[in-house]
Amino acid sequence: MQQLVNTILGGLTLGMVYAAFALALVLIWRSTRIVNFAQAPMAMVTTFIALQIIEAGHSYWLGFAAALLAGLVLGAVVERVLIRPVEGKAEINAVILTLGLFIVLHALASVVFGNRYRSFPAAFGIRGIEVGDMTIALTGFDIFTIVAVLVVMGLLVLLFRFTDLGLRMRAAAFNQEVARLLGVRVGRMLTLGWALAALVGSLAGLLIAGGSLVHPGYMDSVVVYGFVAAVLGGLDSPGGAVVGGLLLGLSLSLVSGYVGSQLVALAALAILMVVLLLRPQGLFSQARERRV
Amino acid sequence: MLEVRELSTSYGAVRALQDVTFTAPRGEVTAVLGANGAGKTTLLRTITGLVRAQSGSATYDGRELTRTAPELMPGLGIAHVPEGRGVITELTVEENLRLGGLGRGGRVKPAELERIYGLFPALADRRAALAHVLSGGERQMLVLGRALMAEPKVLLLDEPSLGLAPRIVAQLFELVQSLVVDQELTVLLVEQNARSALSIAHRGVVLSLGRVVVDERADVLAGDDQLRHAYLGF
Repeated sequence: MQQLVNTILGGLTLGMVYAAFALALVLIWRSTRIVNFAQAPMAMVTTFIALQIIEAGHSYWLGFAAALLAGLVLGAVVERVLIRPVEGKAEINAVILTLGLFIVLHALASVVFGNRYRSFPAAFGIRGIEVGDMTIALTGFDIFTIVAVLVVMGLLVLLFRFTDLGLRMRAAAFNQEVARLLGVRVGRMLTLGWALAALVGSLAGLLIAGGSLVHPGYMDSVVVYGFVAAVLGGLDSPGGAVVGGLLLGLSLSLVSGYVGSQLVALAALAILMVVLLLRPQGLFSQARERRV
Repeated sequence: MLEVRELSTSYGAVRALQDVTFTAPRGEVTAVLGANGAGKTTLLRTITGLVRAQSGSATYDGRELTRTAPELMPGLGIAHVPEGRGVITELTVEENLRLGGLGRGGRVKPAELERIYGLFPALADRRAALAHVLSGGERQMLVLGRALMAEPKVLLLDEPSLGLAPRIVAQLFELVQSLVVDQELTVLLVEQNARSALSIAHRGVVLSLGRVVVDERADVLAGDDQLRHAYLGF
């Protein structure tokens, strides 16, 4: 019983992080039809920026805020410098570019930050909460992880649903030409979309790193899990990304707890294959609603 | 007054517009007619800068439009209602309308939305519905209402009658006509449905293979059997 509760709680926490990362992928996919594979090393770089700041003796929160800000800037720069020139051409060009960026950022990070494992601090305790004589595997940092992702998602919902800027961003994502004719600065909206996506990706990076070890490749598996979560939910659907992330986190945690942790990556790929075979549009894609 | 002067453009080696010249006066409907591929849609897209003009100009009250970015059109009072209805189906009816109002700059006031709902009561009933559930006629009302949210001075309508029942077309054209009278709009009406278009137009400009072949008063054009048979097919 205790093991089941712990496995589920661990799965939910991990699922929240996958959800955030999947959301970052979906935000970009929805507006540009590009899967940004460089999302992982981008988050890695911003996490290292946080680590440098924290190791220099500043507070965890300064590093945290700096990493999110760096994500915002990095996302905007990548869109302007790398993606904008190939816009309007085949999407595969941009996807290859993000793969190239993946490799470049990896190499740069190894040079600048060193190619070794470094421990990253956590903002809150990483001991489980004690209930009676049982220790539940839900740590203070886990609770912070869940709350942080929920808050960011809530803010995104507020932005997209209830502000004029969010309406413009959605219009630019759904129909660029019509949006332009209605006065939407589509280029700026795309840049902002990449910036926000990178911010959410950075958040995922920071949360995974918390209380754990980081090295230039520590986010690489997360891009796979985030991608599976996004496909699971339907690449078009931000809500789907969140549910997909939670489902994947739970499933992988159960596999890890009851079958064997060496099978986690395999299980993720098996889930991806099953989804693509049975429901390629994802569980929550709007493609279903569009059927008239 | 919208003035088009010797406007030319091409897609690759194919000339799409060749020295197109005409004037659309304020407070009038100017119909742009012609067969499929005559360059009607390209004309509108070149005026608003979606397609690059190779030479010539299109000016509204002296302001050059063809070299101005499309996203600046609402601010200049130009509303381009694209072909294929241009409804953003993933947004709700009201969000589509609000988007139209944002183009002019500033916030959208509830009264502005209510004005459009007054013109199109069918939209008021479905304001919270996603636009993809609307019928063809409702979509056409939505794009027209969305364009009017920006309080434009010039309406560029691309094939508004496409795929609509004759009764709906008649209603729509009647509304356009009353808007032209009430608000002194300048309307450029691109249509394949020449008979309906000429019924509300003051002038008719006929394009053929990218050139203006006829520029005539609408009643003269509709009454001239030879012109009608040669270019309009009715």
